[in-house]
Amino acid sequence: MPPRARPLSPHVLIYRWQIGSTLSILHRITGAALALGLLVLSYWLISLAGGAAPYAAAMRVLASPPGLIALMAWTFAFLYHLLNGIRHLFWDAGVGFERTQRHLSGWVVVLGALGLTAFVWGLLWHGTHP
Amino acid sequence: MSLRSPLGRVLGTGSAKEGVAHWWAQRVSAVALIPLTLWFFFSLLALPDLEFDTLRTWLGLPISGLLAVLLVAVLFYHSYLGTMVIVEDYVHAAGVKLLGLLALRFLYVLAGGAAVFAILRVTFGP
Repeated sequence: MPPRARPLSPHVLIYRWQIGSTLSILHRITGAALALGLLVLSYWLISLAGGAAPYAAAMRVLASPPGLIALMAWTFAFLYHLLNGIRHLFWDAGVGFERTQRHLSGWVVVLGALGLTAFVWGLLWHGTHP
Repeated sequence: MSLRSPLGRVLGTGSAKEGVAHWWAQRVSAVALIPLTLWFFFSLLALPDLEFDTLRTWLGLPISGLLAVLLVAVLFYHSYLGTMVIVEDYVHAAGVKLLGLLALRFLYVLAGGAAVFAILRVTFGP
């Protein structure tokens, strides 16, 4: 006898777009991106310990166009993961589960991370470094 | 047809009772990282430039060295806990999963250890 057909959960492709699931996935993606960034952080600290020449070489890589784009992406990933992580900690404490609260905090996190990234890189662009 | 009883088949396959410790460690390190990452982020932004001498002088301060070592330790630990779950979620073949988790752990200890060693060389080096 063939096994009885069991109820299936809706397939991922027919799910309506929702801010909650999107931000949850983005939290994991930014976390993975930041994990890769740790390798660059290690490299940068090692170059700093290595002396002026290795440090200058590392800074040339980071200040190149692909390096700057990666640093901007990591800035957003860091700020998003930080803000959304705080949002998660509030949930862990049992606060902010209402539908309107979830949506509001989600948009605050996304727009806050985008705005702060633009603000930081605006400062860097007009300031003295890198 | 197994001769094992229904009870025998399920015993020992449930929760390993270790999930809460992982979950809690992730949260505790997350809380610690809020001030540590913000300190690092704003310290770099507040420096007049990112030249070699500027960075060596700043990181050479005892307070910077201490906080940087703590930051790297907690950051790598938190990141290890997170990437470990990603591997556990998406890698299903038992052998590949075990090797992946081992490689991940060794890579984290190596990269994190090198970063801490680099900070200590700036602090105590010539």
